[in-house]
Amino acid sequence: MYPDVTIVDLGCSNLRSIQKILNRVGSSAFVTSDPQEISTAKKLVLPGVGSFDHAVKQLKQNHLLDSLNYSVLKRKVPILGICLGAQLMSQLSDEGSESGLGWFDFKTISFQTNTFNTLKVPHMGWQEIQIKRKSNLFNNTQDGTRFYFLHSFHFSNDKLDDITATTNYGYNFPVAFERDNIFGVQFHPEKSGRNGIRFMENFTKI
Amino acid sequence: MLLLKGNGLYKTRKFKKPIYIGDPINAVKIFSEKEVDEIALLDIDASLKKTIPNYQLIEDIASECFVPLTYGGGVSSIEQFKTVLSLGVEKIAINSALFLDNNLVEESASIFGKQSIVASIDVRKRFWTYSAYTHGGKVRVKMSLSQVLDNLKSKQIGEILLNSIDNDGTMEGYDLDLIEKVSSNATVPVTACGGCSDINNFRDALKHGASAVAAGSLFVFKGSRNAVLINYPSQSMLNESVFSTL
Repeated sequence: MYPDVTIVDLGCSNLRSIQKILNRVGSSAFVTSDPQEISTAKKLVLPGVGSFDHAVKQLKQNHLLDSLNYSVLKRKVPILGICLGAQLMSQLSDEGSESGLGWFDFKTISFQTNTFNTLKVPHMGWQEIQIKRKSNLFNNTQDGTRFYFLHSFHFSNDKLDDITATTNYGYNFPVAFERDNIFGVQFHPEKSGRNGIRFMENFTKI
Repeated sequence: MLLLKGNGLYKTRKFKKPIYIGDPINAVKIFSEKEVDEIALLDIDASLKKTIPNYQLIEDIASECFVPLTYGGGVSSIEQFKTVLSLGVEKIAINSALFLDNNLVEESASIFGKQSIVASIDVRKRFWTYSAYTHGGKVRVKMSLSQVLDNLKSKQIGEILLNSIDNDGTMEGYDLDLIEKVSSNATVPVTACGGCSDINNFRDALKHGASAVAAGSLFVFKGSRNAVLINYPSQSMLNESVFSTL
């Protein structure tokens, strides 16, 4: 049995799917919005369906910012941000006016639709990813593996050394990043069939 | 595209004559294992009978589903929207509530993001013009399809699920004119549904502007006698017959 995974409850996320997939790969997972439990977590998932400002407000209202910063930056607990959860790790988002957690230098930006008129947003569906550098989360995963995407905003391109994978929807943009114990992905591993199951299994083994 | 009625899985023809297919939980489990791209689950009774979504069933189904899941049927309040999402559903299809004087869509989008909202539009041809319908094809929307599409442009939706009532369950191919009309008037992706009989139809719909294609009968019936058999083409078959030809 792998260490328990603590799923941060932002009040608006698809928590059940993440819990199910973690159980499937042999981790027990529980959902909480209690700062104390997040401060003592062994492994964290910050999930994401919802809007940026709403999620930031939830983090503030539940007094989770300090406990997240403590666990992730001081205790170096592995954390995986999924979709909006990963976007929250950025400085800012075009989607709202609140500041993110700011763990990474990038911003969360809108799709640049004016230069690519045919681009329909949100970007939704299965898309092949290009793996840019070695990551334990992509163990046994080939370049060009398909994952499921559902988003209207994406990570900006500026901090290249943290980027582990990109995809192309109209143009190339980053879809996975990591630094030390912090991981973020734009796609939804919990909804990416067997590729997602492998990905989450890799996360539980870290 | 899977239809719920009570606790069973059904398939309709022209939105009528529901045929019992089987247990929805088991069907979704099989589809999920076959790695379908997405599953849409529509409760065809909920709006008609004005019942709330069947939360227990949705949860049981979502627990077996490791691919994206859309639910539609009877969602008319923000609380219901939130509850259904929390059960393990990615997107909620809204049909009847789209045409009510409320701000369900705007309110849901501000909390959950517009990518979680699917506008489900059921269309029937009536005196050579297309009209949108609600309540499982029973109530005609009192504006033209063009007006409906124009109104949708200002709504916070992530996707249009376009159903042809006339072609539903006929397995005679998609309504390509309809697909072209709606896709060219939409700023969000359009998923076409209704009439698909084999995977070559996918290509036709995509060439006429659909961003994605859905099918019901094709994936639950097999053979000339329409025996119930859950089936799904392999990724390599789809690549060869559909995507490589676009």
